Amino acid sequence: MSRIALRGSGLVKRYGEVVAVDGLDLEVFAGECFGLLGPNGAGKTTTVEILEGLTRPDGGTVEVLGRTWAQDAAGLRERIGIQLQETQLAEKLTVLETITLFRSFYRKGLDPVEVMRIVQLEDKEKAWVRKLSGGQKQRLSLAAALVGDPEILFLDEPTTGLDPQARRQVWDVIADVRARGGTVLLTTHYMEEAERLCDRIAIVDRGKVIDLDTPAALIKRLGAEHVIEIETESEVDLERLRGLDQVHDLRRDGTTVSLTVLEVHRAIPQILAQLDAQAVALTRLTTHHATLEDVFVAMTGRHLREN
Amino acid sequence: MARHPLVEITRVKFLEFLREPEAIFWVLVFPVLLSLALGIAFRSKPPEALAIAVQEGPGASAARDALATDRALAPRTLPEASCREALRAGRVALVVVPGDPVTYWFDPTRDESRVARLAADAALQGAAGRADAVAASDRLMTEKGSRYIDFLVPGLLGMNLMGTGMWGVGFSIVTARSRGLLKRLIATPMKKRHYLVGQMLGRMVFLVPEVGLLVAFAALVFDVPVRGSLAALVAVSSLGGLAFTGIGLLVAARPRTIEGVSGLMNFVMLPMWIFSGVFFSPARFPDALQPWIHALPLTALNDALRAVMLDGASLARVAPELAIVAGWGAAALVAALLLFRWR
Repeated sequence: MSRIALRGSGLVKRYGEVVAVDGLDLEVFAGECFGLLGPNGAGKTTTVEILEGLTRPDGGTVEVLGRTWAQDAAGLRERIGIQLQETQLAEKLTVLETITLFRSFYRKGLDPVEVMRIVQLEDKEKAWVRKLSGGQKQRLSLAAALVGDPEILFLDEPTTGLDPQARRQVWDVIADVRARGGTVLLTTHYMEEAERLCDRIAIVDRGKVIDLDTPAALIKRLGAEHVIEIETESEVDLERLRGLDQVHDLRRDGTTVSLTVLEVHRAIPQILAQLDAQAVALTRLTTHHATLEDVFVAMTGRHLREN
Repeated sequence: MARHPLVEITRVKFLEFLREPEAIFWVLVFPVLLSLALGIAFRSKPPEALAIAVQEGPGASAARDALATDRALAPRTLPEASCREALRAGRVALVVVPGDPVTYWFDPTRDESRVARLAADAALQGAAGRADAVAASDRLMTEKGSRYIDFLVPGLLGMNLMGTGMWGVGFSIVTARSRGLLKRLIATPMKKRHYLVGQMLGRMVFLVPEVGLLVAFAALVFDVPVRGSLAALVAVSSLGGLAFTGIGLLVAARPRTIEGVSGLMNFVMLPMWIFSGVFFSPARFPDALQPWIHALPLTALNDALRAVMLDGASLARVAPELAIVAGWGAAALVAALLLFRWR
């Protein structure tokens, strides 16, 4: 059994009438990357800030590296690195000045120039923070979290709002931290990010963990590994589609019907034949491998990102 | 090797200030412009001669020549109707009607008219042969150090130390708070007191040019004296600067927005602009207010600055004022640490 780096038990946090975190439990093993996946407002940020010792929970206990925040806050701060979701660093300092400032807070840590290399900002050394792109700012924020050489790295939505290329650069940095044996806890509402980076994922909805496993196991739990989405010109009889032996489950989502199926090459002929029998014309058909998004939708009936 | 966090916080505070052109203007240039404007507006003027009139008629020109021997009088000859008109409009202080007896025509409620009457009579009597019974000489009070500009410059210095001290830390702290930076900082092992003290020290680096520029300008352009030691002036200014940055930390301890902290800053500073003797002496306020006025940090700082600059006082002599300033600063810093909102 791996050593436990981080444990939260029965965490509760209320803001007035709103229950942001509602009896949440989780354990993160040393050396793993653990993801909290859920839609906006699911309580991910509140949970992370409780674990980070920045928000006091109304109920439950937190242990970080075997200690509580009440026991040894100063000692724990030396051993963890934090990236907050909404921090804007000082605009008129340069990249290196910012990293050097954060380095000075830690008794031991990495060389600021080395950290600048890890986050791929060497060529921005003398650039003011104000002049950086969103992705560069996010990597600088990662650098500030890394410069104390933390045993646990907390990342709250590290790639929200970034374009795909900037997102991949952030992923590279996180992969680099993982390769050096660091423990990472990250929150995200991008399933691709969770699947790609995380060893285990807790799916969070309405302040609770509703499922927790490896990304592959979570997807397997759908019972079928492929998703076919169809749109039709007129109303289709869902019950007759459900009766097909290749169709594991189906759901209507606006004008789209999505069906989880076992084998695409067998399912499609059955579906087309059934639509023919109902005299319904098909306007669109797409297929993809089941993702965490499909897992989330299957469990909650809602999407991770609501428009 | 990483530097001490206090050094690093002070350094970035200083760098951020340096990269803010507006801040440079308000801290360094504005006080000099203000002292220049006020120095010109209130510059010492030579005494003006009093305009008087001599009514046309026999003996008028002789009387006018006699009156003109007094440099303080500027006589001219006018017909009677014009004399009445000039007197009523205040263009002349006095009308002299030659004759026997000479008649002085004036409004006794006007001070300058009464002065003109005495001067004119003395001039005419002297011209007619009256001798002075006692010898008299004048000693004129025009030495530097007692002019309005001399009073003003230490007051401006104090006001500037207050304003820049408070704004210098208040603005950047509230900005950092509203941007979530303070919350990020307390997520590190950084000591909270290091952050607050670093803010004060980072701003103190600017004190030397700030004080130096204004004092040098006043000395060169208006000949304002610095009679005490330069070391004493630097010490008093530094203590004042530190105390007001401490008060600035307290004012910025809670507000989340720039609007909020601006209102609070003005609320704290306005009474001191009025009561603490920046532009005029606080002795003009009623006696009942005096203990309160002298308990204000800016009053104490201004008194100490004036004592050092104008009276050549030593630090020991201004110790009571310095104690008031230091007390305010220390109490504000402690309160700021306790009340400070980090998120």
